[in-house]
Amino acid sequence: MSTDTSPVDAVELTGSSVTYGPDNPAPVIEPPRARTKRTPRATRTNFELYGWLFMRLSGVVLVVLVLGHLLIQLVLDGGVTKVGFAFVAGRWASPFWQGWDLVMLWLAMLHGGNGLRTVINDYAEQANTRFWLKTLLFTAVAFTIVLGSLVIFTFDPNIR
Amino acid sequence: MSTPTLDKHSAALDAAEVTDAHLITITLRIRRFNPEVSADPEWVDYQLPIDPKERVLDALHKVKWEIDGSLTFRRSCAHGVCGSDAMRINGKNRLACKTLIKDINPDKPITVEAIKGLTVLKDLVVDMDPFFQAYRDVMPFLITKGNEPTRERLQSAADRERFDDTTKCILCAACTSSCPVFWNDGQYFGPAAIVNAHRFIFDSRDEAGEQRLEILNDKDGVWRCRTTFNCTDACPRGIEVTKAIQEVKRALITRRF
Repeated sequence: MSTDTSPVDAVELTGSSVTYGPDNPAPVIEPPRARTKRTPRATRTNFELYGWLFMRLSGVVLVVLVLGHLLIQLVLDGGVTKVGFAFVAGRWASPFWQGWDLVMLWLAMLHGGNGLRTVINDYAEQANTRFWLKTLLFTAVAFTIVLGSLVIFTFDPNIR
Repeated sequence: MSTPTLDKHSAALDAAEVTDAHLITITLRIRRFNPEVSADPEWVDYQLPIDPKERVLDALHKVKWEIDGSLTFRRSCAHGVCGSDAMRINGKNRLACKTLIKDINPDKPITVEAIKGLTVLKDLVVDMDPFFQAYRDVMPFLITKGNEPTRERLQSAADRERFDDTTKCILCAACTSSCPVFWNDGQYFGPAAIVNAHRFIFDSRDEAGEQRLEILNDKDGVWRCRTTFNCTDACPRGIEVTKAIQEVKRALITRRF
């Protein structure tokens, strides 16, 4: 075991031809994670608190709404084959199912949108990327909610 | 090895001490980085004989003292109290001084690298400034109102028990540098800062709990915790870090409603 105490494929790290000194200082390594002047100021709102709470509460409600929705649409009464214009028109004749679908639409979109917002916050590394991804997300969420609510409220079973 | 022994000292024990029979050869794969030589870090293998009952820190010492003196790492007390030598060993954040060679499969190369999420300055040494900045931000000191008492501030055993777990923190940064949310942009306070805030928020003698809760209510505060439990797994002191973070969240919510 004569080679025990020698590095297997160590490279010479110290024998560089470049020598740093007062006249030739080594490059400064900027700590990328330090708080700088561009770091946003501390927030004084409860937005994240309410967001966190909303995710928990809406999640519980959505379990009932979505599972109930899937059961009615896909399992009961002949399964998915029964779903057609007449089926939807029949259900939306009742204010109860209108309300069910409206609440489900809003909660699902806000719950999913807020979830994606935290995903973007966690994974987007640059402020610019973060901003544009969130803009895209908010636009998509707002569009879907507005369009869905519009359909639920203005649905006309006698449309030609 | 040639210390005078009692007559009772068995010959077998003598032989074991003299020979290297108890030593095994391990490969230590260290992620070296020297900004004065190369902009890129590289993995370097070192083979050395070592007693498997020794620690990773002993292996690092052996490399530094006997093989390559340029290897750079932090260690102070070397006994798991100071929290200087947190590093990523075989992909997990641990203290090198509390990790025995035999416990981390010495048959395969043992990888050692700097903790993640903080700027590497050289080899295993990282810039701890963002970590300590978050620590300072939660005001980790006793704040009280009124006149100072003429004797100790008394506290019941139950009140002391309330925050006992979070007093164990040694600020080694193993938890914060294992947190994927901290890895991203480093603006999240991180588990260690929240643990040290928890230590004062739930201290009956302290009167600035409200202020600390307000600080942690920030958008980079406790609400960024995703409860991945990396911090609890990484803590060399066995602090239930994620539980402490959840308790701070609960305190914020019960304060509000």
